[in-house]
Amino acid sequence: MTSRDHRTQLHSATRRKLLIGMAAVPTAALLSRVARAAGPATAAVNTTGLAVTDDTVTVGILHSVTGTMAISETGSVEAEKLAIDQINKSGGVLGRQIKFIQEDGASDWPTFAEKARKLLVNDKVASVFGCWTSASRKAVLPVFEQYDGILYYPTFYEGLEQSKNVFYEGQEATQQIIAGLNWIVKEKGAKSFYLLGSDYIWPRTSNKIARKHIENFLKLQVVGEEYFPLGSTEFNSVINKIKLKKPDVIYAIIVGGSNVAFYKQLRAAGIDLVNKQNLLTISVTEDEILGIGGENIVGAYAAMKYFQSLDNPTNKAFVKAFKDMWGQKSVIGDVTQAAYEGPWLWKLAVEKAGSFDTDKVIAASPGIELNAPEGTVRIHENHHLWSKTRIGRARADGQYDVIYETAELVEPNPFPKGYQ
Amino acid sequence: MLGYSFGELGSIFAMQAFAGLILFSVFVLMALGLAIIFGQMGVINMAHGEFMILGAYMTYLCSHLFSAYLPGLYSIYFFVAMIVAFIASGALGLLVEWGLIRHLYRRPLDTLLATWGLSLFLQQAYRSTFGAREVGVELPNWMMGSTNLSDTIQIPINGIFVMVLTLLITLAVYLLIYRSRWGCQVRAVVQNRTMAGAVGINTEKVDRYTFGIGCGIAGIAGSAFTMIGSTGPTAGQLYIVDTFLVVVFGGAQSLLGTIASAFTISQAQSTMEFFLSGSMAKVLALLAVVGILMLRPQGLFVLKVRR
Repeated sequence: MTSRDHRTQLHSATRRKLLIGMAAVPTAALLSRVARAAGPATAAVNTTGLAVTDDTVTVGILHSVTGTMAISETGSVEAEKLAIDQINKSGGVLGRQIKFIQEDGASDWPTFAEKARKLLVNDKVASVFGCWTSASRKAVLPVFEQYDGILYYPTFYEGLEQSKNVFYEGQEATQQIIAGLNWIVKEKGAKSFYLLGSDYIWPRTSNKIARKHIENFLKLQVVGEEYFPLGSTEFNSVINKIKLKKPDVIYAIIVGGSNVAFYKQLRAAGIDLVNKQNLLTISVTEDEILGIGGENIVGAYAAMKYFQSLDNPTNKAFVKAFKDMWGQKSVIGDVTQAAYEGPWLWKLAVEKAGSFDTDKVIAASPGIELNAPEGTVRIHENHHLWSKTRIGRARADGQYDVIYETAELVEPNPFPKGYQ
Repeated sequence: MLGYSFGELGSIFAMQAFAGLILFSVFVLMALGLAIIFGQMGVINMAHGEFMILGAYMTYLCSHLFSAYLPGLYSIYFFVAMIVAFIASGALGLLVEWGLIRHLYRRPLDTLLATWGLSLFLQQAYRSTFGAREVGVELPNWMMGSTNLSDTIQIPINGIFVMVLTLLITLAVYLLIYRSRWGCQVRAVVQNRTMAGAVGINTEKVDRYTFGIGCGIAGIAGSAFTMIGSTGPTAGQLYIVDTFLVVVFGGAQSLLGTIASAFTISQAQSTMEFFLSGSMAKVLALLAVVGILMLRPQGLFVLKVRR
């Protein structure tokens, strides 16, 4: 079998649904009933006692919906529920409707581990879509490895990890960083960089990779590198330093509430991102701009794999379906789109394996291609995704204009040589 | 520092001095409300940050109301918003004092737990009302951007705004506490509650309004911080540590101490941030504070009271 056989026609399925409109619901139910009758026997597809019956399969959703991380993780939950809903309407997985059990990690890492154990041991879920911060992923990792579960993890992250039991749907650091830096050097003639970040593992590791790439591969100059405690709201001093050193590019990996303070103060200090100063970030998605305010960040460049404004039919259908389900005001950032891919990737792997058994699903995964809203992605042997990297420029209305994308899919490389 | 002209270095120095002064104003503004509550009443109010965020949300609501119904007055909505923030946070403060704090005056540690619980409660209330995501508060155009003192010196307008606001509020608090009859009663209650009651001061009423005014000032601070920081359900947590730091370091019962400590910490932090990095500056500032508190456990300024 080639991977081509498993490329899903997600887009046509969605379009068909839109065309048929409300009439699609009974039809889909009918289809799934037919498919269910045709589905393989439970004993054949589930040899390890997972929560699979003749017509349902249960999965888990594990995100924070309370606490500080709820800001970020809400979008992922919404995307995963949308994907599950769409899969069910198009006939389910191996003839079985997906049911989900949602647990709340409550922005607390031990709670994540405890809830992961509950999902795997008590509920026997076939797979879990969840986690957001690296800290929560690290907390659940031993649980997934011990009980042999599958986790689909949506966030772009620092790399330096690879587990048999995890599929990483977000970009690892080199995918996001290197293409972005190459672009800004080529297009803007940048020679000097000022690296900023919040003080924890992801910005530090990412800036380390960025510095190595700038100094060793591009032979250019880093004129400053600084970190701020999470939640820091005072950036006037560093803005003065930036004014003194006049870097061609401010490379910012600031997260959370600090983001808002940083961009507001940057604007207040008279730094003009539209005409004068280049700023490249990998941490501000459309979600974050809601809090920052489009007028404060207009002109900044972001390097990610997905922007809501991407112009292709699959994405348009996805954005419409998302807004129909969760409200017209909702915005979709990079991670939200990645979370949406999780249930689809799992469905393809299960169908390729012809089984819900964890080992078979994992073995079947590498090579699977999905026509996602961001375009085609492919699962690498290292469980990360081949994906394109794009550059967006922030508009005043909180969306990005996509101004560049890599010609080819960028290979994921969680343990980059020469960058550590 | 080679390769820079004296003019450039001079401008940076001037801008850096302003950055320090702005940080100073921010610290004073966030600590004033707490200085009144903690300093005068001895209540450890862990929900102080949430009272600030209530003010920020009021500003958010005002900006929406004005842009929808009174677009002509949009450029001055912020002043109205600050008054609304004061009233909202103050009213909530009065309610909390009446329903919760007054039962706990003799149990300071329980107040700490109760207000901590209150802060969690308020966070979830904001989350349910305004959503888990941060909200963007739009500002009128004249408040954004910077003003050029010279070709190379740019001063953020919102920074100047915060400085002036801080000055006015500090002055108001000073007049209220040290020059008004009510302030006299507050100080009397602080120094000796039993005796104050014996000479006919309604101590319960004094307590209630002191707490209310402290919370109201927190609301104004929160409203002002929408210019520089984020507005979200948990954003109040970002301020609480710095706030307590300033008040405790200054000596809990002294207004002058609060101001002096805010000045010391802000100058130290912003100077070190310039020469070191953000995180290191914070660490060193905290270390210095710990060191000084070990030598002077009562803080910088101590009110001499016979007990």
